Parts: sequence; structure tokens; C-alpha cells
Amino acid sequence: MQQQLKTLLRYRPLIQSLVARDLKARYRGSILGFFWSFINPLLLLFTYGLVFTVILPGRHSPAIEPYLLFFFCGILPWSWFSASIAESSGVLLAGGNLIKKVLFPAEVLPVVSVLANLFQFLLGLPALLLCLLWYGRLSPSLLLLPLPMLVQFVLTLGLALFVSALTVHFRDVQSILGHLLHLWFFATPVLYFYGDIGGPVRQALRYNPLTHVMVSYQQILFHGHFDHWRGLSLTLALAVLLLAFGSFFFDRLRDTLAEEV
Amino acid sequence: MTAGPAVEARELSKVYRRFLHKNQFRTLKSAILTGSLLSDLTPDQTFTALEAVSFEVAKGTTFGVIGENGSGKSTLLKLLAGITKPTRGTLRVEGRVSALIELGAGFHPEISGRENVMINGIMLGLSRRQVEERFREIVEFAELQRFIDAPVKTYSSGMYARLGFAVAVHVDPEVLLIDEVLAVGDEAFTRKCLDKIGEFRRRGKTILIVTHSLGLVEKMCDEVLWLRRGTVEGRGDPKRVVDAYLTYVAGGEEKLLAQEHGQAPAEAAGPTPEGPPGADDTPHAYREGRWGSREVEIAGVRLLDARGRERHVYVPGEPLTIALSVSAPSPVEDFVFGVGMFAADGSSVYGTNTHIEDFVPRRLSGPVEVRFEITALHLVEGTYLLDVAAHKQDGTPYDYHRGLYSFRVKSHLKDVGVYRPEHRWSFTGGAEIDAPAPRPELSLGED
Repeated sequence: MQQQLKTLLRYRPLIQSLVARDLKARYRGSILGFFWSFINPLLLLFTYGLVFTVILPGRHSPAIEPYLLFFFCGILPWSWFSASIAESSGVLLAGGNLIKKVLFPAEVLPVVSVLANLFQFLLGLPALLLCLLWYGRLSPSLLLLPLPMLVQFVLTLGLALFVSALTVHFRDVQSILGHLLHLWFFATPVLYFYGDIGGPVRQALRYNPLTHVMVSYQQILFHGHFDHWRGLSLTLALAVLLLAFGSFFFDRLRDTLAEEV
Repeated sequence: MTAGPAVEARELSKVYRRFLHKNQFRTLKSAILTGSLLSDLTPDQTFTALEAVSFEVAKGTTFGVIGENGSGKSTLLKLLAGITKPTRGTLRVEGRVSALIELGAGFHPEISGRENVMINGIMLGLSRRQVEERFREIVEFAELQRFIDAPVKTYSSGMYARLGFAVAVHVDPEVLLIDEVLAVGDEAFTRKCLDKIGEFRRRGKTILIVTHSLGLVEKMCDEVLWLRRGTVEGRGDPKRVVDAYLTYVAGGEEKLLAQEHGQAPAEAAGPTPEGPPGADDTPHAYREGRWGSREVEIAGVRLLDARGRERHVYVPGEPLTIALSVSAPSPVEDFVFGVGMFAADGSSVYGTNTHIEDFVPRRLSGPVEVRFEITALHLVEGTYLLDVAAHKQDGTPYDYHRGLYSFRVKSHLKDVGVYRPEHRWSFTGGAEIDAPAPRPELSLGED
């Protein structure tokens, strides 16, 4: 893993260029261009908002009012996570030409997916901050925002490395992944408040590392205080383990990648 | 520059593993159930692309790799480029390698040529600044000044390849690997690429070319490696290795032609499909077939070389004998034997018969062998079809075989036309011209 980190550092200019390319190419040809990074979470917000405030209203605790704002705080980081994983599952196959024809460390590709989506997240962040400001909920706890972001980054990267290499050998992963992510979404307190959940379900949610990341985001952004230290640090430890496993797994399959894509 | 080879390969082997999809499902299932994903990734089939290949490429030389499709050339290049790893053996490459395996691999269609040059350059190992420094030169070389800010998806395939080549050669590698990429682009650009490669040679860079263009190999390479089914079949002086390779390829064609030769008469032995010969002698109407009353039957046709052995590939100037095994169950008194040669496009090369040449038939009975002996085959390279016939003096066919047999003429000279008159060049006065290096025609039929 150390070796891989070194490689990635050495290829930093390439990663930079590829991330820039990814972001540029993403909305090239669309009228709104970069604004999509801004609009996408808003549209998502609108859809879920419609469902949970108009169609199925009033079942959440007062602790998470205004509900849409609460939801916004969770959906933005969730989009970063799920888009990164979904994209990295296909990234080696899509970049097959590169891996087969150019000498080039393949892990650059999933890393680029995660980073490009991190930028999407960062681009969506001002919209969220504006909303928070509007509701007068901006608080000094915002300074802690890099913490859950770091944990999420490490976690996402580990999983992205694992998924991207796995997909090369088992293309089925790509098909099933969408559903898994969907399930994962509902098993993570984004739409609902972790504090509202009790009993065995809460126990189950505790084992979902993203739960702790989400709770941290929600506390920092929405509630304006942060006391989820333990959960977040345990998740960080897990994320580091996952990253180590992900890069080990990727490294093991590396030599077969050029032949299998 | 330190001494020692730029590339050193010892006992290099590459075994590709194939994972069958049927088993892959089982593998995934069991992997999930038992958690043994890594150990269960075992291959179902293996394919050896390279087997114990050893060679060295001295610094500053140009090294060619030839061989048929599937002989392992591209695998070797991928190993050299570091894209895949050898299964066994060691490989040492000294200096920065740039591989022209596919031009413009990794270009992103949606972004501009400018940005792609930047990314491609970095990908090939340059720093951002280095790409910026060489940017003008790259764009000028690719002749894309007007289009450099347009998205690459709007480029023609030629423009795409030009840009790819331009970036790759401006990486300024110490070892340049080229895989059959010069086939793209128009004449002028190919010329330019060759010039660039020539410049690399002059500057003492090491170049490795994988190609099917034997002419290029002979012209540019200092040494040639011939791969056959993943093993080294020959190595050394380009002319010698290319000749050996050509001879081998000709041998393969020989087998193919021999096969056709053996089958053709039986297949075509049906009733007369067409009118008598001469009725449709235009080249376009040239069709294979066999017809005639069979009062005289041509039972077998053999093509023999100088040593009387059956062969179907010849070199210009060799003798060729067409031997017909003929039988006449009951004696006939009116008979003519004829032979015709046609180029692959159906145009007549030569035709004659015993009647034209004023032989007077008396009597034919029982088995007979008729030999048509060509003392020297003065034809250029190509495939030739044969007509043989036995017919009456008025043209009524006994047994007419049209285009059922073929032979091939193989030559390292690419002169054009059909007929190669025996000739020589001479120059007097102020002409300074070097005679070609003496070299024997390909030798065939020497096992």
C-alpha cells in the first residue's frame, strides 16, 4: 500500500489532469455545463422532498426540521459516495484501451473517479451552505467538516479500488452494484434521523460505516454541534483497513487487468 | 552512455490465462460463500504466447520483429513496454521507453486536442512543463494548428493518429517501441514518421519495430528477430532472416495450393457447365470448370520442379514442368494437347497447343504422359491459374480443365506486370549508382 501511495504521488500531475478532464468532459455539450453539479443535488432534493413532505408528510421528529435542509446535508455526501463507487466499477473496463496500450498504473483510474466526485461534492457544497445560511444554521462546527470528508474519502477509495478490480473479473458486479447501492442508501440515515431509530434496527445501522459518516455530517452541518467522535474514529480505523485491503486486492489482480479488460 | 544492451531478454515466457465464464459464476459463488476470492481465481485454460524467448538489443540499434499473426510479436512488445509482466524469465530495458502500440490510446473524445496532448504527454512520462515546452513542436508535427482546440471527437482518424504519433515521438524516449502503427495516415505523413524514426536512429536511440512490412524491416533494421508460435525461429541479419521467413511463408502457401490442387478435379467432374472454350474467352468470363466427352481423359496434372518433385511455389527463372497423365480407353486419331496460363485476374499470360505448334497427331491409346516443360519461368510474383486440355483439332473437347490448377511465383523483387524478361542494367558515363547487394533468389523446395 505504501508503494501504491508513492506511485500515486508520482503520478499526481496525471491524476490532476484526468480529474480536470473528467469534470470538463462530464458536462461538455450541455447548456448548463458546470451548473449541473449545482443543480443535480437540488433536483434530487426536490424529488425526495416531494415524496416525504407532500406524499408521505409529517412522520419525522421535530429534531430534523426543516426536513429538506436535513436531507440536503445527507444527500450531498451520499451522492459523492455512490457515484464514486458506481463509476469506479466501470472505469477499468472503459479505460481498457489505456491499460492495454499505455504503461500506466491502473489504480489511477478509480482514484480519479473518487476525486472527480469529490469535486462534484465540493461544487454542490456552496448551495448547501447558502441554504444553511438562509435558515440561520451556519455554526462554528462547520470547521469540523473536513473530518467526515476525510473518513469518507478513505472509505470510498478503499471500496472503489476493490470494486473496480473485481468488476474486471466479474462483470456481474456492475449489474448488481446499482441495486446494492440503492439498498445501502436506505440502510444509511440520509432520509431519516438516526436518533429516531431504536431497537434492533439501530443495532444493525451501527454496523454500517456510512451511518457514522452521515451522522457526523448531519451533526456538523445541520445540528451545529458534534459529539460523534467515537463512531467517526472507529469508522476511520475501519476505512483505513478497507483501503489497505482494497489496494492489496487491486495489487493482486493488477497483472491480470491488462489481459482481462 | 553506459555500455551494455538497451534491452536484454532471457528465457522470456508469457502464458495467458483464460477464465471461462461458465466456471466464473461458480467461482464467484464459492468465493462469496467461502470468502476465498483470491485463491479461487485459478485459470481454466492457458495459452502460451511466448516461450523461452531470449535476445539482446544493443544500444542505438534498430531491431525488427517479424512473424505471422499470432506469433507473439505484440505480446513481446507489451512485455517490453511493461504493460504486462512475463510469466517466466527476465527482461531488462534500460532508459525511458515510449511505446507506439496504439496511436492516441487514451485520448478523450470530448475534450480538445490541446488538453489531450497535455494528458497524453503526462501519461507517457513527461512533466507538465515539458509538455508545454514541446507543445508547439508537437502540434506542428501533427499539422493540426487549426484544429488543436476542437474536441478530438471531431478529428478524422488520420488526424487522430497524427496527433498520437506526434505526442509519442516528442516524449523523446531512449527506447522507442513501434507496433505496426505506420500503416495509418496518408503517404506524406507516413514519410514524415519514417523520417522521424530515421532521426531517432541518427541520434543513437534504440528502436524496436514490430511489423509485417518486410521491406521496411530490411531497409531500417540492423537486426531482425523472427518469431513463430511464440518461439524464436531466426535472428540476425535482416536480409537473411527475411528471406528465411519468406521461404517459410511460401512453404505454407505451398501446402495450401497443394490441397486445392488435389481436390479440384474431383469436385469439378460434373457435366459440362459451359459451352466449349473460346466462346467466352474474355477475362471476366473466366470461370473454373471441367468439361468434354472424356474419350481422352486427363486423369492427373502435376507441377514439377527441376528435380522432378511436385511443387506449387516457384521463384522466377526456375524451370517448371506440367505433367499430364492422359488415358484414351479406345484409340483416337484426332487429338490436340493444350496448356494455358492465366494471371489471378483472369487475363491470359500464355496459351499454346500442339496444333498451333504444328504437331501432327497420328494415334493415341492407353495411358500416356504428356509433359509441357518450361525451361525458365520468367514471371513476376503472383498467383497463376492453369488450363490444360485435350481436344480435337476443330476444338471439340475431350477433356478440358479450366483454371483447376494454380501455382505461385514468389520473389523478393516487387517488379510489376506479368512477364519478367531476362535482363540486366548497365550504365556508362557519369552515372553513380550502386548495384544491389548480391543475394540469391529465395530457395524453395530445399527441406
